[in-house]
Amino acid sequence: MRLELSRVVQGCRRGVLTGLGRSGGHSLELPGCLLYTRCASVPHLTHDTLHTLPHLPPVTQISLDSLAEHQEVLEEFGEGVAKFAGLHDTVLFCSLHDLATPRPSGYNTNKTVSVWGSGGRIELSAARYMALQAAIRPDWYQSLADGETPPSASRKRARKAVDRTLTHLDECLSLHHQTQELRGAEIFGVVEGGDVLEERPELRCQLIAGVTKELPEDKPRLLLGVGCPDEVLACVEAGVDLFESSFPFQVTERGCALCFSFNIEPDPESAVLERNGPQSDGERGAKTQDDPEQMTPFEMNLKDKRYRDDFRPLVAGCECYCCRHHQRAYLHHLLVTNELLAGVLLMLHNLTHYCGFFRALRGALESGRLQALRRRILQREGGV
Amino acid sequence: MAASTESGAGMGAAHPGVSAAAPLALRIVAQCPVSKARACDLTLPHCTVNTPVFMPVGTQGTMKGITTGQLEDLGCQICLGNTYHLGMRPGPQLIEKANGLHGFMNWKRNLLTMVSLVELSEVTEEGVKFRSPYDGKEILLTPEQSISIQNSLGSDIMMQLDDVVSSTVTGPRVEEAMRRSIRWLDRCIAANKNPDRQKLFAIIQGGLSAELRRTCLEEMTKRDVPGFAIGGLSGGEEKDDFWKMVTLSTDHLPLHKPRYLMGVGYAVDLVVCVALGCDMFDCVFPTRTAPLASAL
Ligand SMILES: [Zn+2]
Repeated sequence: MRLELSRVVQGCRRGVLTGLGRSGGHSLELPGCLLYTRCASVPHLTHDTLHTLPHLPPVTQISLDSLAEHQEVLEEFGEGVAKFAGLHDTVLFCSLHDLATPRPSGYNTNKTVSVWGSGGRIELSAARYMALQAAIRPDWYQSLADGETPPSASRKRARKAVDRTLTHLDECLSLHHQTQELRGAEIFGVVEGGDVLEERPELRCQLIAGVTKELPEDKPRLLLGVGCPDEVLACVEAGVDLFESSFPFQVTERGCALCFSFNIEPDPESAVLERNGPQSDGERGAKTQDDPEQMTPFEMNLKDKRYRDDFRPLVAGCECYCCRHHQRAYLHHLLVTNELLAGVLLMLHNLTHYCGFFRALRGALESGRLQALRRRILQREGGV
Repeated sequence: MAASTESGAGMGAAHPGVSAAAPLALRIVAQCPVSKARACDLTLPHCTVNTPVFMPVGTQGTMKGITTGQLEDLGCQICLGNTYHLGMRPGPQLIEKANGLHGFMNWKRNLLTMVSLVELSEVTEEGVKFRSPYDGKEILLTPEQSISIQNSLGSDIMMQLDDVVSSTVTGPRVEEAMRRSIRWLDRCIAANKNPDRQKLFAIIQGGLSAELRRTCLEEMTKRDVPGFAIGGLSGGEEKDDFWKMVTLSTDHLPLHKPRYLMGVGYAVDLVVCVALGCDMFDCVFPTRTAPLASAL
């Protein structure tokens, strides 16, 4: 794996990771996002529908907690989870937790970290963790870490998390070199320490910037658990390269479609986008009774009655399968009648839109127009 | 034939044989020398359907998580929608605005719509009365309304509204339902606004009585409908009775019109019924029958 940075502007890193995967044939543009999966499959999507996506992130994320209880099966299978799950040709990154799934806290010890499968809690020592990684055979994986440092955590608890995580990393690294199955795989060290400064986003970014300043220039920085476009933007400015894509999945789960504009090209197409886009006709920010609680200003709630007879695509000009074939009114109907196809179509759109946002972000870094992109994305502030 | 000619009592205003229904092209491609099985090309407005055909069911205007693109790739030439469900949500006006059900769900091939009520319903000569599952209001669905909704949906094949009783029911109710279904067929034919592009199928009723089935067949085949469905059988009755009714029906149905066996989706039944001369199949279970039987 090699990291080439083509531009660094005010802390933002534009670059490319090459020589990825066991074959070394993949590359990944930075800043970028990974492809989110659950139990090694993209939620709602089959092989068929997944491949209607115009641009698929080259790196797929799986989480170890969803696979931990299948250790024996995977070990017996012996060829890793990518083949087991019939994943497409992709680079596989294995994280410890699926951060889109809430989990209980308070179970981590000096020696172990707990994950939850459908059968309950599974306690992982560094050795057990590495045995699992050997069965999963990812191309990248994170080291075992104690991530239990919510904003309310004390400085003492955060300190403990740091110490434990460092010990876990040493153990993982030492086992990594002894594990045949993990030869050629890259290990991602985890920086813990909690949001000890503050919970507020701007201060969190300061914290992240403080961390990235201390990290080596030539290694990629992946941030787990941040996905909202404005936060992604701020974190890129704080020196982060890679993000998850659980955000578009969460948007899908609440029956919403991403609709924020990231188009900063002054061409006729963007004029159409603006005219049809949610910002201009007062759709964004308008609260209705059944607004999902977690909804962000970057999405529209298609269950809302106003879409009942809206025969426009989710986002004009979007090249996803859903926008090329269906209208908001149909999505509204599918959601209201609890039909499975709603999740499929929304997932296709939300992933496409999210990946498009990252493409626009890279483009803006290249052309030095990051501030224009930021204004475009945050323009809701002046809106409804 | 033992059956007498149906006449008089409660017959609808429409006269058999004067329907404007353009003949629907059914070309028999191959005929089994032993059984009644046949392979046909059925020409419908959106594409030709190769029969025997199994039609997937998309009650609410979608197939369980499958995109219409995938359905097309699977080679599906016709699929089903439920008039009753779509009539409630999103409603005929909205679907009409979306250029019919084809436009609404973006399906470029054929659609067949049927009326399959799930709620406890009550039948009168006027129509089927039931309670809306959404707001609890009482709704009367007449044969005319069922066709009006299907005209709005724009399906290639529409089903008449019929009076269905469970195949386990016996006695005068079976005959009443059969005769009412004939009268309703006439009302449906008269109500169809688009006979040239929306083909209305009659539904043969008569329970497990050969005589009633024959009467129904004789009457319904007098009408110039483009196709026939065999209704009131679910595959749940004694197999001997079930097959007897199917083969009796196909014996009396015109060769050059498609036969659709409703609500029979089990693999074994399918094979047998293809041999008995049926062309089209689905797997919607006639949910209307059980509550009706208990209500009456
Ligand atoms: Zn889209």
